[in-house]
Amino acid sequence: MGKFYNSVKLNEELCAGCINCIKRCPTQAIRVRNGKAEIKKEFCIDCGECIRICTHHAKLPIYDPLSIMDNYEYTVALPAPSLYAQFNNLEDINIALTGLKLMGFNDVYEVSGAAEIVSEMTREYLEKNRDKYPIISSACPSVVRLIRVRFPNLIDHLLPIMAPVDLAAKLAREKAVAQTGLAPDKIGIIFISPCPAKVTAKREPLGIESSEIDGVLAIKDVYPALLRYMKEAQNDTQDLGISGKIGISWGYSGGESGGLITDDYLAADGIENVIRVLNDLEDQKFDNLKFIELNACSGGCVGGVLTVENPYVAKVKLQRLRKYMPVACNRPAKIGNFNISDAYWTDEVQYEPVFKIGNDMKDSIAKMTRVNELCEMFPKLDCGACGAPTCKALAEDIIRGVAKESDCIHILRKLYKEAVSDEG
Amino acid sequence: MGEGIVLKYNVPGDDFTRAGEASGAVKSQLKQMQLSPDVVRRVAIAMYEGEINMVIHAEGGTIEVCITPEYIDMVLKDKGPGIPDVEKAMQAGYSTAPDNVRNLGFGAGMGLPNMKKYTDEMKVETTLGVGTTVTMRIYI
Repeated sequence: MGKFYNSVKLNEELCAGCINCIKRCPTQAIRVRNGKAEIKKEFCIDCGECIRICTHHAKLPIYDPLSIMDNYEYTVALPAPSLYAQFNNLEDINIALTGLKLMGFNDVYEVSGAAEIVSEMTREYLEKNRDKYPIISSACPSVVRLIRVRFPNLIDHLLPIMAPVDLAAKLAREKAVAQTGLAPDKIGIIFISPCPAKVTAKREPLGIESSEIDGVLAIKDVYPALLRYMKEAQNDTQDLGISGKIGISWGYSGGESGGLITDDYLAADGIENVIRVLNDLEDQKFDNLKFIELNACSGGCVGGVLTVENPYVAKVKLQRLRKYMPVACNRPAKIGNFNISDAYWTDEVQYEPVFKIGNDMKDSIAKMTRVNELCEMFPKLDCGACGAPTCKALAEDIIRGVAKESDCIHILRKLYKEAVSDEG
Repeated sequence: MGEGIVLKYNVPGDDFTRAGEASGAVKSQLKQMQLSPDVVRRVAIAMYEGEINMVIHAEGGTIEVCITPEYIDMVLKDKGPGIPDVEKAMQAGYSTAPDNVRNLGFGAGMGLPNMKKYTDEMKVETTLGVGTTVTMRIYI
């Protein structure tokens, strides 16, 4: 699979070869070649923007089918808090959780429960690591991937604690093994996710060696299926919820920060805003900030491409749901064979200079000079007709040897005119 | 200057929203070259501080950046009022920025001190009423 797995694939038949996705991609990872969009794996950070923008529905998020449940003797559903925000008039989270069991899961384990443990661990980490301020949230896999390819100076600021879903998966498996006596691999830990980036995080995790998640389902698939069971769940609701306000709030932008009980934080959402914040952070434009929460999707996880509800409406729903909940219900503790210190990252995130041009400084200078010259020659229209998002991106592709000058239709027209006048 | 990339920028003095554009462009170019992330960071910060200074105090100016295999030079030229007391201006926390600028979060008196801190060589040439030229070098 390699270091650069992506959770989006192309339906070639549906791809019209238009320029919508190449223009929208925040890392310029897409090119249209031979009339079809191609994603450069190592540039892609799984933000989902191309899936959102594609009017032909040719960009498909990768996730597992509901039938993955059949592969295991015992299954545990890990609902993301954003799942609850899909339903109208849901008054009790336990109805959704009971519905999941009626749907076929043997048990449920709320990701928001693990999130509360991460919140408390983060508070402690903030106290002990003042020299690393501001600490940057590492829960959004797209943000971590963006930092690893574009912001090497900020890697040390990443919060080295598992994302709530990874911690939830570990704890859920511990619990299931203890309850059933089954071998760990007979148990399926299945995340109900707002975004496909978590699929990549499962297959190629960063910071931890391997993920305990066995399958990733889309909220948009689970939602209609679950809806059918919720009526029945209403009549005989089981008490399955384990989280409080802090955990539920992780579903929207600002929620993770809210759990840190400090005002010295910044929360940005939407990938372009995230990039702006990271750029400014790198230039040391912020003072006195302890924590930076970043979510690739607008609105936070409720804005994930695998959700159904409008993210801002979803946020209001989560705020209503949490209203009468206790502040938090989960504390770091030893659970089964799992020590809370195991929730820290074990692996360092390495800088991956995928956008580099040139093998050494001399080579870089020569090649960048050529890029700048080519840019001068191009019409600076950034029309995208060549398949690259900007004239500069085409120039870089030429230097990398994957495109040619005549891919620019304006250059081609000039060449054509010259050829015709030579003949005449 | 021999083999190297020369990048030139005009810094408009009347548009705060564009302050940082030049240093941002240089940073993104440097990031694509075989340079250590630390060098990129130092250039970005030093140049950003200088660029902001030009906007706050001197109604803009020009910046020339030269990237060579051994060092990166930045020359920031303005036709502003000049600096009456360079030594004082180099002290951390000393600022002559007007209130409206401070309200934007700038003018903390860390501009020149930070530029000095993040560069290997720095020279300030200034004449009252004529302008200021700041030359900075960072070795690779």
